[in-house]
Amino acid sequence: MINKVVSGADEAIADIFDGAVLMLGGFGLSGIPENCIAALVRKGVKNLTCISNNAGVDDFGIGLMLKQRQVKKMISSYVGENKEFERQLLSGELEVELIPQGTLAERIRAGGAGIPAFFTPAGVGTEVAEGKEIREFEGKLYLMERWLRADFALVKAWKGDTAGNLIYRGTSRNFNPMMATAAKITIAEVEHLVPVGELDPNYIHTPGIYVKRIFEGKNYEKRIEQRTTRPR
Amino acid sequence: MPLDKNAIAKRIAKELKDGYYVNLGIGIPTLVANYIPEGIDVVLQSENGLLGIGPFPTEEEVDPDLINAGKQTITMQIGASLFSSADSFAMIRGGHIDLTILGAMEVSENGDIANWKIPGKMVKGMGGAMDLVASAKNIIVAMQHTDKYGKSKLLKKCTLPLTGVRCVKKVVTELGVFDILPEGGFYMVEIAPDVTVEEVQKATEGKLIVAPDLKEMQIE
Repeated sequence: MINKVVSGADEAIADIFDGAVLMLGGFGLSGIPENCIAALVRKGVKNLTCISNNAGVDDFGIGLMLKQRQVKKMISSYVGENKEFERQLLSGELEVELIPQGTLAERIRAGGAGIPAFFTPAGVGTEVAEGKEIREFEGKLYLMERWLRADFALVKAWKGDTAGNLIYRGTSRNFNPMMATAAKITIAEVEHLVPVGELDPNYIHTPGIYVKRIFEGKNYEKRIEQRTTRPR
Repeated sequence: MPLDKNAIAKRIAKELKDGYYVNLGIGIPTLVANYIPEGIDVVLQSENGLLGIGPFPTEEEVDPDLINAGKQTITMQIGASLFSSADSFAMIRGGHIDLTILGAMEVSENGDIANWKIPGKMVKGMGGAMDLVASAKNIIVAMQHTDKYGKSKLLKKCTLPLTGVRCVKKVVTELGVFDILPEGGFYMVEIAPDVTVEEVQKATEGKLIVAPDLKEMQIE
């Protein structure tokens, strides 16, 4: 099997260039590529376009890159947890494109699947529909949305093998599987890297064909935004 | 004493039917999960990729890989399933969710809803709300009847950027339960205890129609 293992985050992201378009997996702070984000902050690469459902919080996730002014444009569905984001947006320092979450997920899926456009009902009659083609199918209106593709996708999985096969855990799967398919170069960071043959092929979520580089991440913080518990 | 958020959630929980797959939005809708009637099996969908949301975890059960759409830690029901965001919204757009309950900043008398943006003030994004309202068969809005300045949220026409058009079927507030008529109008079928029709009228900017057989809202 093809071996895709690299030494770590810094090697994995070494060729990410100024002005690159990135996809970053995760919903909130769950399933974000922590190690790759830290490496991007160290590298100081700038003018990035980041496609990610959220923009992290002020001091974690994509928020760390925003703080260093590395992001030129965000493409997201919900950015409510980040004050610095809101400040940069309202002051005009940061471009933002807000997209309905299902449309975002499907645009990325379409990008990976070779479907240049599709029709969705989400956003019909709202400002999201402005400038887009509207068509009626069986009596209901739909608007045309185009695929999304990127130079690099940074995804996080629970387990992966040296051939790049990935398994996600819990709700940290979210956008990671589609993003893994939609970039020229997909970089996967995993909590547990195992030799080929150890993962049951029946349970692979992302087949290795989509993954170019893989490494075992270090020191996962896996921060929780809203720790909500019940008494025992 | 006007009804509080929990009372609104309790009333909405009565709309749940055995076998329903339900998506609950952030805010009052999340509270509905606490009041699912005895003997009724419903499965709660979380847009970030889970069918079968269980109760909040105990301190020992907390798992950063298990959160809901509001980013709160959760557990999974027995029989739960996990999937990607693309699969989650395929479920939503494909019309497989029986009931969607969400909050709103404004609802109009023809069923338009605005809940994602206040121009120049709040830029948070729509999240999954536009996909949900564009596709759900049955949408109930749970919200306060007026905003913090006392301004009606049940309007003739929404003033804020829309989330979806002609999609809301029912609104439940601390003052009553309102069906949205296909021809337009808030049809009040239930009124909260100790509230008068005049008070509801005063708090409702849109067209209010009182059902001839108006009932008192049953909370317990």
